[in-house]
Amino acid sequence: MAIGLHDSEVKNPVLRWVDQRLPVITMLQKEYGTFPTPRNFNYFWNFGALAVITLVIMILTGVFLSMNYTAHTTLAFESVERIMRDVNYGWLMRYVHMNGASMFFIVVFIHIYRGMYYGSYKAPRELLWMLGVVIFLLMMATAFLGYVLPWGQMSFWGATVITNLFSAFPLIGPEIVTWLWGGFSVDNPTLNRFFSLHYLLPFVITGVVFLHVAALHVTGSNNPLGIEPKGPQDTLPFHPYYTIKDSVGMVAYFALFALLVFFMPNYLGHPDNYIPANPLVTPAHIVPEWYFLPFYAILRAVPDKLGGVLLMFGSILIWFALPWLDTSKVRSMRFRPIARIFFFLWVISFFVLMYVGGKPAEQPYVIIAQVATAYYFLWFLVILPLLGKYERTLPLPESIAAAVLGPRASTGGGPLPGAATAKPMEKA
Amino acid sequence: MADSMAPQMAQAAPGDVPGTTKRDFLMLTTAAFAAVGVGGIVWPFVSSMAPARDVLALASTEVDISPIAAGQSVTVMWRGKPVFVRNRTEEEVREARSVPMSELKDPATDESRVKRDNWLVVVGVCTHLGCVPLGQKPTDAKGDYNGWFCPCHGSHYDTSARIRRGPAPSNLLVPDYAFTSDTMIRIG
Repeated sequence: MAIGLHDSEVKNPVLRWVDQRLPVITMLQKEYGTFPTPRNFNYFWNFGALAVITLVIMILTGVFLSMNYTAHTTLAFESVERIMRDVNYGWLMRYVHMNGASMFFIVVFIHIYRGMYYGSYKAPRELLWMLGVVIFLLMMATAFLGYVLPWGQMSFWGATVITNLFSAFPLIGPEIVTWLWGGFSVDNPTLNRFFSLHYLLPFVITGVVFLHVAALHVTGSNNPLGIEPKGPQDTLPFHPYYTIKDSVGMVAYFALFALLVFFMPNYLGHPDNYIPANPLVTPAHIVPEWYFLPFYAILRAVPDKLGGVLLMFGSILIWFALPWLDTSKVRSMRFRPIARIFFFLWVISFFVLMYVGGKPAEQPYVIIAQVATAYYFLWFLVILPLLGKYERTLPLPESIAAAVLGPRASTGGGPLPGAATAKPMEKA
Repeated sequence: MADSMAPQMAQAAPGDVPGTTKRDFLMLTTAAFAAVGVGGIVWPFVSSMAPARDVLALASTEVDISPIAAGQSVTVMWRGKPVFVRNRTEEEVREARSVPMSELKDPATDESRVKRDNWLVVVGVCTHLGCVPLGQKPTDAKGDYNGWFCPCHGSHYDTSARIRRGPAPSNLLVPDYAFTSDTMIRIG
């Protein structure tokens, strides 16, 4: 490797001076300017960018909220009310942060379904997928910790129930819970550490997101056809094609986000959380936030305490094994007629679990939750491995360009970038 | 057909600056909208760091001055800062009013700094770097001009709390205040 200044192509002398010493501009140009991206993305490929934007929004609003938040059991609830009533635009910061958590999960769930449907987890993108699962787990932890901070009734009892999950582990369970609490119940030490960790984890998430994106830029993106680009006729430079496509999605996304923040800011929350925490009274109907409901339903579907906890954690941890449970060589479910049906059933089971998770733990919801839980795991552990062996997949197109452009591909038609028009089909 | 249209599209309309195109117009409009949008997003964040409404609501303080005898002073809190309220003796008032303006670093007559002759109300924060000057307690050093003395960097204030010697650039600030009755003042 050559030692010395980087051979920069930047024209502006000041930027060039920087780029020769720290080639960030060259890097950006390579990774987000000319980066060859499959030409056939649909709008499902917006959601990675949307997730990054949401992470930035959450960190920004969070940092400013923390300037007015007090992590103490006697002051936390009132400091949040002060943010709502007295701090300039405090209501906006809090409603954006609160609903931002929901928007983040909506975006990430769609991002995950996208990965599952189009087989984005398959070789060579297994590690990319696993880093994504790590991000999702960190997001769940961060969201839970954050929900405790306003110190309302749902905060307190949510914290109590979730930390008590760890008491299910034999022998050391109760000691773990006492250690998590820093006392003998959810109290001030718990609130203090939850605030500290809630501030820390988003930056850990940012770090893993960086690794996730770095891994993506090694393998390149998957695409709706699930076949690798074979040459320049199959790709477009990231800018301006996908910067624009992401921007279109972003505008639609912000419209939905704004609708939630300005017209129905408490729609996804629980009114009980506007009652200050009371360690002596549990709310009659206690449910987690909507994005935890599917996993909460799995927990309650199992009559055994430890079994329920293990199955709940297992329902996400199993995603780590997905690249190896699915043995089919074909990535995209467009070409997997049987798997596609079973996958849609899996998505339905996920939403059924979300629905029953918000209902009281009584019949018929318990039996529905049990059936949906059974299917949730059946899909991963039985149906996917078998389909890999027995499914007859549809024929894959010859190339992305051939599938997208049809006969025009060979005549150089369509909006091809300069390099591709000059030498059509060179590497096909 | 398409080729023959292109140069016409790029041509400037009569009266336009030559060389400008529709693309330039679109770029500038987009940039202008983006700038307004970014400003609209940044403003709530900046504004949230300004004093909140509960802070502003506590921005005035009432003081009962009836227990303060001549020659005594009290310190009250106003917006998190000390305010000196001194019931000056006749001698102190005379001292303050006999000083020629030419001797003052920040010229101001004593009459312009008080509402009632003997009552002096000033913010007790040295105008140099924000320390609280000594001189409120009978045992404090009052400086060479019988007023206040700032121990941080040695500024001397007189009986009208005007800067006389030392690094401070101006007199102790007189806050907005009013006598609500003969024995009550409201600061702020």
